[in-house]
Amino acid sequence: MDKELNKDIDKTSVKVSNKKWDKKSDKEGNQKKKLAGKTGRQPSEWPRHGIQLLWALITNSYLAGFLQGRIYEGKLKNLCVPGLNCYSCPGALGSCPIGALQAVIGSRNYQWAFYVSGFLIFVGALVGRFVCGFLCPFGLIQDLLHKIPFPKKLRTFRSDRLLRKLKYAILILFVILLPMFLTDILGQGSPWFCKLICPAGTLEGGIPLVFLNSAMRSAIGWLYAWKNVLLSAIILASIVIYRPFCKYLCPLGAVYSVFNPISVFRYRTDPDKCVSCGACARACKMNCDPVKNSNDPECIRCGLCKKACPAGAISCGWKERESLSD
Amino acid sequence: MSRPGLQGRSRRIGLLLAAAGLCLMGYGVFRGEMDIVFEKAVRICMECIGIG
Ligand code: SF4
Ligand code: SF4
Ligand code: SF4
Repeated sequence: MDKELNKDIDKTSVKVSNKKWDKKSDKEGNQKKKLAGKTGRQPSEWPRHGIQLLWALITNSYLAGFLQGRIYEGKLKNLCVPGLNCYSCPGALGSCPIGALQAVIGSRNYQWAFYVSGFLIFVGALVGRFVCGFLCPFGLIQDLLHKIPFPKKLRTFRSDRLLRKLKYAILILFVILLPMFLTDILGQGSPWFCKLICPAGTLEGGIPLVFLNSAMRSAIGWLYAWKNVLLSAIILASIVIYRPFCKYLCPLGAVYSVFNPISVFRYRTDPDKCVSCGACARACKMNCDPVKNSNDPECIRCGLCKKACPAGAISCGWKERESLSD
Repeated sequence: MSRPGLQGRSRRIGLLLAAAGLCLMGYGVFRGEMDIVFEKAVRICMECIGIG
């Protein structure tokens, strides 16, 4: 008799707790629906642009260079900056890591550049493509160009994903293999990426120096013309497509992208908070989906998705946390 | 969607690689690679600007 009574009591308590649970999940469901309905507005990017601008100004603050048409020659040039910042920019205080990598690989004395590759591994393993979002002047230039109104901005196209692999080919061929193996009789290789492709060199170094320095002006030829055509194409493409150089061509972005999935600074999406509204993926201009992969190699850590999420499900930081999607 | 432990493991790999990067940098500096970087960076790079 006692046993039966106990069973009855158990059954009713299960029913009551199930009802409570249903009510709770109903409530949560309603809340999630409400949150999901709150999406739509594109968050402001200007705070990030402020940081990008400040960094670009600090690392390119050699004013005498701009006034006299020459470049900085001080000790700071021993050090690399994390972003694509030409060392022939009249204002540049540091060295471009991609230029420096080619210089050492192509030099007679060394086969491999441990100093620069170590620097890239160090920065990449710590922050990944955060550099692209915050610390690269050429990224900022493309961000600003994309703000120019255009009737039909291209968010994606058929071979978008495939074209993104091109930057890895450029890294391997123009930055590593050609400077390493295509050498002159002295054993010296050229920086082929700088020579044939880099639009940052043309914009930050070529145009100001040729404008300010008459000796440079008299030396320009077909290579200068080619690099200006390429730069113009990238500028025009940046108005229509978000960061085309970063997505398809940049070897430095390619290096950092490899580290995104394992970098110490990382993004996280909390599946318990996510209401599957898709606002994050819609906000992302690099076409990533933080719900599927919070640390996609293409993610530049700009934080737009985090701002766009109505449920506060996306976070970022340096510390370890459990039960979050990767 | 949730893969507990993966975050921590990736982060630890990141820390290890960052340390390895520092060691490589040190080795490169020891070999004198910094001088090549400096020499290249303080002269106008003709290839960068599209003349060389
Ligand atoms: S992909 Fe290259 S150009 Fe673009 S922000 Fe990153 S380092 Fe700079
Ligand atoms: S996933 Fe988020 S942080 Fe990464 S690029 Fe897209 S919007 Fe920016
Ligand atoms: S993580 Fe993305 S899909 Fe999930 S709630 Fe936030 S914005 Fe919506």
